[in-house]
Amino acid sequence: MNLPDIIKFVIDLIAVLLLALGIKGLSKVRSAREANILAAFAMLLSVVGLLAYYLGTSGIPIQSWAWIIIGSLVGSLLGTLLAKKVPMTSMPETVALFNGFGGMSSLLVAVGAFLFPFNEGAKAGSIEPFINDISISVSIFVGAITFSGSIVAMAKLQGWLSTPGWTQVKARHFVNIAFGATSLLAFIYLISGNISSIWLLVIASSLLGIGVTLPIGGADMPVVISLLNSYSGIAAAAAGFVVDSQLLIVAGAMVGAAGLILTQVMCKGMNRSLVSVLFGGSLSAQSTKSSGSGEYTNITSCSVEECALTLEAANRVIVVPGYGLAVAQAQHTLREVTKKLEQNGIEVVYAIHPVAGRMPGHMNVLLAEADVPYEQLKEMDIVNPEFPATDVVLVLGANDVVNPQAKNDKSSPLYGMPVLDVQEARTVFVIKRGMSAGYSGIKNDLFDLPNTSMVFGDAKKVLSELIGELKDLGVGEK
Amino acid sequence: MNFDSLLWVLLLGSLLGLELIGKVPPTLHTPLMSGANAISGITMLAALTAIIKAETNSPLLIIGSISLGFALFNVVGGFFVTDRMLAMFSRKPTKKNK
Repeated sequence: MNLPDIIKFVIDLIAVLLLALGIKGLSKVRSAREANILAAFAMLLSVVGLLAYYLGTSGIPIQSWAWIIIGSLVGSLLGTLLAKKVPMTSMPETVALFNGFGGMSSLLVAVGAFLFPFNEGAKAGSIEPFINDISISVSIFVGAITFSGSIVAMAKLQGWLSTPGWTQVKARHFVNIAFGATSLLAFIYLISGNISSIWLLVIASSLLGIGVTLPIGGADMPVVISLLNSYSGIAAAAAGFVVDSQLLIVAGAMVGAAGLILTQVMCKGMNRSLVSVLFGGSLSAQSTKSSGSGEYTNITSCSVEECALTLEAANRVIVVPGYGLAVAQAQHTLREVTKKLEQNGIEVVYAIHPVAGRMPGHMNVLLAEADVPYEQLKEMDIVNPEFPATDVVLVLGANDVVNPQAKNDKSSPLYGMPVLDVQEARTVFVIKRGMSAGYSGIKNDLFDLPNTSMVFGDAKKVLSELIGELKDLGVGEK
Repeated sequence: MNFDSLLWVLLLGSLLGLELIGKVPPTLHTPLMSGANAISGITMLAALTAIIKAETNSPLLIIGSISLGFALFNVVGGFFVTDRMLAMFSRKPTKKNK
């Protein structure tokens, strides 16, 4: 090893160490922000190390500098712009988009390395051509699935794509198997020297990504994004084999493994297995066949005024936020309501279901944006025993996560999913635009219960009316 | 480096990843996913390598540059968006820890 090699080696080691510390730190509230900056610094360090290495050895030609600057400027600027502009409510689809672009990057590098072998190892044959081709194929395959899958996930979360019924037909499995088989075939052609089969591989694996993601219902989207995030790590690790970089392999493997763990955590939160998320189709499609659903028979609706009166008399209120809160952008208005209640000595906590919203932690992010103190957010297991001692529960845009069917009705597709036991409270107000079903498309038995009242309207509108009513009652004036 | 050492690197890296996040509070699921996602943009190093070694091969220069752009979009945007989320948590320091 000569000097540039040693320096690069040490820099890479430090970068890996910092990245590992970064991921570790991101899993603790206290250290998370610093950890993120640390990881960003490690990435910068790795770039500096790479550039310095080539400057010190082969040199970097001028035209390379030009393309490096163009690529990095455009990418960083657009990324920064999106990151700064996007509203907090669209976080899940933003992460999906970033993730898809990471996959695209691995895909492109692999295509470039295949068409124009630039790696000395591959050229000189120290890496066997066979292994080089496998690495390239894996990088393309996983990168393409990550990209197309993430874009579909983003489009579904944005509401640009729905989950049409035809995506649920059993035949979709055969179509996907066909895409998979075509990818495999393209891979075999590719390693046997057929260069143009690379495009077949790109197309077939992209279609596979679309085919697998499209039938998945919105409620399962978080799991899919987390899994795709794990894939993008695997794609990066595969790219590491292509360019012979241990740093890429370690970092990619870490992200891939950490993403899998996170996916597992989320599946547990919904009491579903990864297999049923990926291949089970969307819950709503199943529910149309099951007999568990039916018409509502006992809906009580009430006015905002009644709701305000009940709230004023309460000692303890639990707020159950859901995706509807995010859609209505009502987190700040909600915070105003709860501030008033708190000023009147009413205890307010927020019950956070692990998969409320479209992404785990979605609600935490949203409520933190509205300055809700962290210690008022309670996780499901902690808050569930507290419902019987609670006067009023406000359900805001949450649906499936408060459906008692999940506990009582064995025929329900939701059966077994852990839910918040809001029906145990004295009074439940459900603020909802209409009687439409939740994301799973399943009837919610909670709405039929005698202690449940529906307040119809957009969450933000109802909450601002509620502020007015509470003011009239003199709540929060002290 | 030869292939089997790279496989060891892959194995140990995966094990490290499995160990790193044993327990994560749900609050941090989204930021963690987003931060890890930014790290997966490490493919920018592969893109850089491709551009540097392309010499005068224009198609490779262009493919590499686009790839670099995608990767940096992921990295820079990912870290910024993660920081935005985490900034909201740290604005009010937590006294009680659940």
